[in-house]
Amino acid sequence: MKRLSHPALKPEHYKIAIIGSGPSGLSAAAHAAELGISHILLEAEQQPAHTIRKFQKGKLVMAEPRALPLRSPMSFSMGSRESILAKWDEEIVKYGINLRLGAQVCTIKRMAQGFVLGLATGETIHAEYVVLAIGLQGNIRKLNVPGEDLPRVQYQLDDPDEYEDETIVVVGGGDTGVENALALRHKNHVILINRFSEFVHCKEANLAALNTALKQGEMECRLSTYVEKVESTPDKAYPLLLSVRTPEGTEHIPCHRVIARLGARPPRDLLESFGIQFPSEDPAAVPQLTARYESNVPGLYIVGALAGYPLIKQAMNQGYEVIEHILGRPVEPADEALLRQKFAKIPYINSVEQGLTLIRQRVPLLATLSSLQLRDFMLESDIVALNPGDVVFRRNDYSTSFYCIIEGVVDVYVKDENGPPNFHLYTGEFFGEMGLISGRRRSTTIKASSHCLLLESPRQTMLRLTQSMVSVRRMIDAVSLKRTVQLHIGLSLSAAELDYLVRNAKFRQYAAGEVIWHQGDKADGLYLVRSGSVAISRLIGGREVVLSYVSAGNYFGEMALITGTPRQRTARAAVNTEVVILEAERVAEMMERNPDLLRQLNARYLENVRHELSDEIVQTSADSGNLIAFLVQQGIGEATDVLLIDETICTRCDNCEKACAATHDGTSRLDRKTGPVFDQIRVPSSCRHCEHPHCMKDCPPDAIRRSVDGEVFINDTCIGCGNCVVNCPYDVIQLASVDSGRKPPSLWQWLLFGRGPEPGGRAGAPSQNATKIAVKCDMCKDLADGPACVRSCPTGAAIRVSPQEFLDYAVWRKSKVG
Amino acid sequence: MDHQTFVNYKNYRYLKLILWMVLVAIGAYALHQPSFGAYGGTWLGYVLGSLSAAIVLLLLWFGIRKRQYNGIGQLKGWLSAHIYLGAALLVFATLHTGFQFGWNVHTLAYALLVLLVINGFYGVYAYLHFPRMITENLGDDSLQDLLNKIAELDRLARTHALQLPDDINAIVMKACQETKIGGNVLQQLTGRHPDCPTAAAVKVLREYGHDLKFGHPKLYRELYLIMLQKETLVARARRDVMLRSHLEVWLYLHVPLAVALLVALTAHVTAIFFYW
Repeated sequence: MKRLSHPALKPEHYKIAIIGSGPSGLSAAAHAAELGISHILLEAEQQPAHTIRKFQKGKLVMAEPRALPLRSPMSFSMGSRESILAKWDEEIVKYGINLRLGAQVCTIKRMAQGFVLGLATGETIHAEYVVLAIGLQGNIRKLNVPGEDLPRVQYQLDDPDEYEDETIVVVGGGDTGVENALALRHKNHVILINRFSEFVHCKEANLAALNTALKQGEMECRLSTYVEKVESTPDKAYPLLLSVRTPEGTEHIPCHRVIARLGARPPRDLLESFGIQFPSEDPAAVPQLTARYESNVPGLYIVGALAGYPLIKQAMNQGYEVIEHILGRPVEPADEALLRQKFAKIPYINSVEQGLTLIRQRVPLLATLSSLQLRDFMLESDIVALNPGDVVFRRNDYSTSFYCIIEGVVDVYVKDENGPPNFHLYTGEFFGEMGLISGRRRSTTIKASSHCLLLESPRQTMLRLTQSMVSVRRMIDAVSLKRTVQLHIGLSLSAAELDYLVRNAKFRQYAAGEVIWHQGDKADGLYLVRSGSVAISRLIGGREVVLSYVSAGNYFGEMALITGTPRQRTARAAVNTEVVILEAERVAEMMERNPDLLRQLNARYLENVRHELSDEIVQTSADSGNLIAFLVQQGIGEATDVLLIDETICTRCDNCEKACAATHDGTSRLDRKTGPVFDQIRVPSSCRHCEHPHCMKDCPPDAIRRSVDGEVFINDTCIGCGNCVVNCPYDVIQLASVDSGRKPPSLWQWLLFGRGPEPGGRAGAPSQNATKIAVKCDMCKDLADGPACVRSCPTGAAIRVSPQEFLDYAVWRKSKVG
Repeated sequence: MDHQTFVNYKNYRYLKLILWMVLVAIGAYALHQPSFGAYGGTWLGYVLGSLSAAIVLLLLWFGIRKRQYNGIGQLKGWLSAHIYLGAALLVFATLHTGFQFGWNVHTLAYALLVLLVINGFYGVYAYLHFPRMITENLGDDSLQDLLNKIAELDRLARTHALQLPDDINAIVMKACQETKIGGNVLQQLTGRHPDCPTAAAVKVLREYGHDLKFGHPKLYRELYLIMLQKETLVARARRDVMLRSHLEVWLYLHVPLAVALLVALTAHVTAIFFYW
């Protein structure tokens, strides 16, 4: 690192002194350097960007909010900790930033002309303006118990691989704590301590990984547990003794190391000594600032995490803007131009502010969002203008956007889109919410009825919003409940009747395999499957035989309501399932009042009875039922398309794998040999294209998509973070090297001259620079004739079935194969 | 639900096709009365010969198409056609000869073709017969899984045997080190390993069991159980190798025969031009 220091013979004078060389400080200093303004960047530690240097080794650093443009001379995009730091180190030299390391500022005094900064070394620095960019990490929260500063009690973790065969207690249930614990568990005995009863502040991917690790006994966890003290012991085997208070009482844990990850707080005492005021006594409160980031001390500006902007990109933009503000130049927010472009579609909107106000007024769902939240939301959404008759989406499409109506009316068609619409939606209402929940095909067709302005938001954006805003989630849930009921059984009901029917309705979740009710239970209501699927079974000859299965968007449990008898079947969640339960009394009352509803449920009941008594099922159910149960157990209940191999004619030639590899850059995305077998049917390791893909849950670049035909695929924005690999419960996603320079093997070269590998084999090792990205089956969606694996099976052993077909397949197979 | 395999592809499309072709060929042969008797040089002989040669080329192309993973049509359709057309060749080629055989390249080509088709019949039998048996033998496991389990049992057996008398230790060590799964071609095809050290070890341990002179009865019983488990696994692994070799062995003949046929056929066709 090039150190540009000045001789400390006399007090130094600068126009701007920037304290703290994190993202915002570096960005401010780079902008000042770029403009040729005299400046100094003071860093207490021996390296710039100390906080990011302390991230876990190899950590992927996100560039959120994704759509926000970066406005800084310093570069920043999503990447590993190491790559970002290397780039910054280069740029510090490139811009000639006047950086002084090891310069801890102890005092800031306001003088008639600017400020005097006192350093710990005794030197003083004069500056006209001060930008405080010290973040929060200088004030990490400690355990606050006796022994908190003992050696081996640490508040950060750089490289988890440094530790081996230790008992390590990780304190803290946030993402950092969980990530640390997970990374340490491979080589150590890890105990994670969380003072809450759940991991509420944790990303879904981390939570899933944690649950798996706990289930497999790879680590331990104590919930609702507080640390009381840490003592060092003379015992060489366990140098620390940690005392914690659990719900069952005090527990003493002998260990080698305690790693506490409890977050950080503003260094209030220090800031107050600089004359900065806080709006409240809350220790987490940040200083009050003007719109130009100026504190109550004129000339003293605060940016970055300390100003309440914890995200790196926001902080870097602030660093740029604060310099502009100091120079007295007007500067508009970084996203202003983009937002202006979006609002240009509304002719009577002239400014972004006006546009945001319009959205708030027209769409109650978004009314409670803060300015910053709404701007971020708008950046990722689009305004769509439609003419009467334009189709937004069609029934059975696989699209997942969410829509709010800013202006106009849309028609909703449940079955026949050429007939009259079933109902309308008006300005301020929203639709497409089922796409957020079940990942199934669209259940309706939506067309513009008048000239319309819609706000179209990607699924991922909506999910993030519903996760952070409880009010938004509640509003969507309430509307979606009513719509689900309306679509599936209540089209003939009036609005008042519908309200009555859904009152007291409950959402309930079931884990895979959990029994919803047993044969013989009292009937408590009508069940609508919101996501997942349910297997309906009956005891035949002492064995539980699956008779049918109910997929998302359908209902079950009408039989007992109509006959007034206890449950005659057992209902069991085939996969993680969410249902809506309508109270039995209300359904019964509604059936009496509304003959259409009675007719509908009755028809469904008769159809079910007929189906179950039909000769096929009854004759073969005892055995094919078990095949159905097996397939459901393999996750076919949530699949939309699954590869099966009929082992009675599979000659193990591996042509399916070779075809897959030859079609996809040399890496097969299916493994024929692994996967369970039942009755000579193997479910190989290959993507099931789940209705609600687990892999999509936490994809930072939103690279996992579902095509209109239903294939779940990964596009080329994948960054290889591996979240999907962890999240897939069926182990069918892998990280593979992609190397565009690598040539596929030639069939003729191999056949005639024996040169190179056989087609479908490995095309040589990828080059050193090849990056790894996630790959999975995409059902060869770009090939006209369908998946290569099935087309290349010489005997017809490989087949693909949808959930609608697999029941038929099981029955057919029993009758043919015996 | 219609599950199409290479046998019933498109409701036996190619079986129906060749039945018609065979009927027409036999009919034509019966009606055709050439003045010099039936042989390959009559107009019908040329028609049947050309047809047979064209079919042979189409059948050879299967080897290419199998590796063109994005080629035309479904591979099971190609295999279905390959099998039925191959069977039909027996009729077409035989009629083409007019039952005129001799010690020459023409009859050699015919003989190779007949061998190839018969070999192919075995292939169809193998494809329909052995896959089911392989799964019945292996279940969810792969051969590698079995080998891993065997290696784990070996490790356990060795630790147990270390604490037992030397002669037992020696037998167990021998069983661990010298038990073979595959072996030579004959062993692979028969699945028989008469001198299997694991079987020998189990036998010896069983005999010791009748006459327990040494201590550690618990250790001994555990070792016996381990070796017994290993013997079962070894038997399964060997059966897998055997079934797979039965499934694949014919291909080692099918491909060279096909190449030989191509050579003989080329010679046969070239020679015919000299008769003109």
